[in-house]
Amino acid sequence: MSPRYDQYRRFRNAFMSGLFVLCAVLVVSPLALILFHLLREGIGALNWSFFTQLPKPVGEAGGGMANAIVGTVILLGLACLVGVPLGLLGGVYLSEYGSERWNVWIRFGADILNGVPSIVWGMTAYALVVVPFKTFSAYSGGLALGFIMIPLVLRTTEEVLVLVPGAYREAALALGIPHWKIILHIVLRTARKGIITGVLLAMGRIAGETAPLLFTAFGNRFWSHHLSEPIAALPLQIFTYAISPYDDWHRQAWAGALVLIFLVFCLSTGVRLLSADRKKNRAN
Amino acid sequence: MAMSLDEKPLTEPAIAPPAARVPVVPPTVTTPVPAGPAKSALERPEVVFDIRQLNVFYGANRAISNVTLQIYARSVTAVIGPSGCGKSTFLRTLNRMHELTPGAHHTGAILLRGQDLYGAGVDATIVRRRVGMVFQKSNPFPTMSIAENVLVGLRLNGVRDKALLRQRLEESLRMAALWDEVKDHLGRPGISLSGGQQQRLCIARALAVRPEIVLMDEPCSSLDPLATAKIEELIQQIKRDYTVVIVTHNMQQAARVSDRTAFFYMGELVEYDETRTIFMSPSNPQTEAYVSGRFG
Amino acid sequence: MPGSSVQATLRPASTTRMARSGLGDRFFQSVTFLAAMAIALLFILVAYLLYRGSHLSIEKFGWRFLLTSTWDPVAEQYGALPLIYGTVVSSLIALLIAVPLSIGTAIYLTDLAPLWLRQPLVSVIEMLAAVPSVIWGLWGIFVMVPWLRDHAFPLLKRYLGFLPLFQGPIYGVSMLAGGIIVAIMILPIVTSVSREILRAVPDLQREAAYGLGATRWEVTRIAVLSYARRGLMGAAVLGLGRAVGETMAVTMVIGNRPEIARSLFAPGYTLASVIANEFTEATTDTYLNALFELGLVLMGVTILVHILALILIKTIATPGSRHA
Repeated sequence: MSPRYDQYRRFRNAFMSGLFVLCAVLVVSPLALILFHLLREGIGALNWSFFTQLPKPVGEAGGGMANAIVGTVILLGLACLVGVPLGLLGGVYLSEYGSERWNVWIRFGADILNGVPSIVWGMTAYALVVVPFKTFSAYSGGLALGFIMIPLVLRTTEEVLVLVPGAYREAALALGIPHWKIILHIVLRTARKGIITGVLLAMGRIAGETAPLLFTAFGNRFWSHHLSEPIAALPLQIFTYAISPYDDWHRQAWAGALVLIFLVFCLSTGVRLLSADRKKNRAN
Repeated sequence: MAMSLDEKPLTEPAIAPPAARVPVVPPTVTTPVPAGPAKSALERPEVVFDIRQLNVFYGANRAISNVTLQIYARSVTAVIGPSGCGKSTFLRTLNRMHELTPGAHHTGAILLRGQDLYGAGVDATIVRRRVGMVFQKSNPFPTMSIAENVLVGLRLNGVRDKALLRQRLEESLRMAALWDEVKDHLGRPGISLSGGQQQRLCIARALAVRPEIVLMDEPCSSLDPLATAKIEELIQQIKRDYTVVIVTHNMQQAARVSDRTAFFYMGELVEYDETRTIFMSPSNPQTEAYVSGRFG
Repeated sequence: MPGSSVQATLRPASTTRMARSGLGDRFFQSVTFLAAMAIALLFILVAYLLYRGSHLSIEKFGWRFLLTSTWDPVAEQYGALPLIYGTVVSSLIALLIAVPLSIGTAIYLTDLAPLWLRQPLVSVIEMLAAVPSVIWGLWGIFVMVPWLRDHAFPLLKRYLGFLPLFQGPIYGVSMLAGGIIVAIMILPIVTSVSREILRAVPDLQREAAYGLGATRWEVTRIAVLSYARRGLMGAAVLGLGRAVGETMAVTMVIGNRPEIARSLFAPGYTLASVIANEFTEATTDTYLNALFELGLVLMGVTILVHILALILIKTIATPGSRHA
């Protein structure tokens, strides 16, 4: 090997390394940019009335997104009612029962469902609930979000349950405990933190979803007094304000986005805190 | 006196004296297996497990061939042999854990006090309450405290009586020689104990459901000599009331701890006799070769 | 002292082989089985509802639906071609931008980055993934698009304007803007999947190359990338699947004009965007059915793409004929 070729190889190595560093920088920068802009534009419009007041009509300054914030919380709750039981129990089935042959298909199906665009779930909930009852509602919005949750929670639950060592199941079996009680009291209990993590992650994901709510929850300028009425939601409100031509509404959209991202990060960081907690316990 | 197993044995507070048991006449042995020294009918010990012509398979592989032996009550029976000779498989057929492996099946009969363990109407879960097991590596449940670990078998089988639970907790921990060490912090997590303590906790957990027999699968193999000595000591204590079958690859342990020893080799029962006989004057040359360390 | 000091009957049960007998076990197993079947049910539900919601349109337009290039609700003319075009083009742009960046970042993370930097970087990427689509759209409208319109696009036009791709009037909202924002959104998933794939490459492969005196880049090229080629393709296809379904951010920056134009500066429209924008304004049955049919197309494309991606990714364990 000639020394000149070696030099070329070394140069090429350094060049490629530099390129990869650049890639990492470019990938990271949008996050920095967006946080910067969110804070810069949004902080100004965040005040007490933002959290407590209803949207004001066009032209009038002020007002807030109180109903949208509450609406998001309600929709999250409804989604969990649908998503968590089905996802969790389905994950239990995949991990503890079932033949491996069929389970492979269920897993595959769940992975594909996880990739379905969220707007399709909105259309499904629309056809299922909005059309027969002839009204947009919190129910339909919660259902659409719940549809998204089911395969998510199912996969994360299964992945966590599979990690529970077989030794614990064996020890419990040797004590003469019925299989279903072993699953409920030993396996699920051991995997509890991981399951909660999975649920929180799923909630963080659906908290920011807008598309499925466009024609299910639909949005509401006022308080919803019943779950069968259209309901406001934070992402919906942000969208409506963002595409409007009014500056005041744009400012509020930024503020709403700041609140939304705070909520989403809380749910995801809650995850991180729980897993850090787990590591601490194990070290004891 | 036949009784349903569900409630009574697990909640029975009074401990029935051994004399109340009706000694079961051991069934006639058909294959020539070296039996213990001849005893008169009055002195013949009660048979707990009557194993006849047992063949155990994993799919098409035969792991245990034609084993016939009896295990006697309130004694310690050691099962020894080189790795892969089928000791653990044999043990796991005694509490119906073997069948959990896919493809596992067997021929032959195992009678627990005269009743077929694998009979047509038999619930394996109940079998496992009567035949307890301690595993090679201690496995206390990580999310439970020491007390919760000991009592989990009782609680999940429906026992609610707080007084009984407290009593059983102390009794079991005492029998496992752990009470004095943990009595002041029963709320600590089970996994916060040392390795040897964890294994004793698992023994207490197994004893708490008051099984008739305790199977032990190399319980000391991952423990240091001090912890091992403690467990051997407690085996000697509990054999007053329990029947113990212990699988061990440590011959000296078998000699120390057991009354009778069964030597397995390549899935066959080579010799089964009083421990003294097996180690001092075995009848089978293979046995002699193994216990004198010429192979293993 | 054993409590069961007397003979006890062993309670009869219906099954003998496995330890699952009794009412509790069977009930619990059935319940969890039904829950797992929710997956199959969801597939059937979506397919059925989408089909039922679009049957009028399917009957009326047939296959021409996919090939007609006019989307004119006012004149009741529904052709999906501009929307398919918009989805395809914006997704391709997103892939072209995101895949090299993501794989490069994944390489950086697995082989080049100092250890103390790895976990923070992974956390940053996870945070990036958590940002909701509508917030990207918000940032897109008010920050990215004006910047593109005033700085980036004129530059592109000046230097690359000989290509028909970069000709024509600049509005800011455009197909290219849509592609860029989708690229940002699929960066996290392509990066993390690529990273998993690269980590799955056995160290033995790397060591073999190092042992031959290869430089770091050569090790990566020879031992890692070729071994992981299939899996990385799967990561890219997964990114494509996400890109195709992206709705909100795209709607806010793509311009929403159902036309097929050669220039990337021209506004576009995607399958998901048109559903998002026009669903609540669909006044006639045919209109709604047409939108449902678009949903059916979108769903079909997404499922096919994801199946392809999963097959590619899951076969990383059995690599192709190339052995290092």
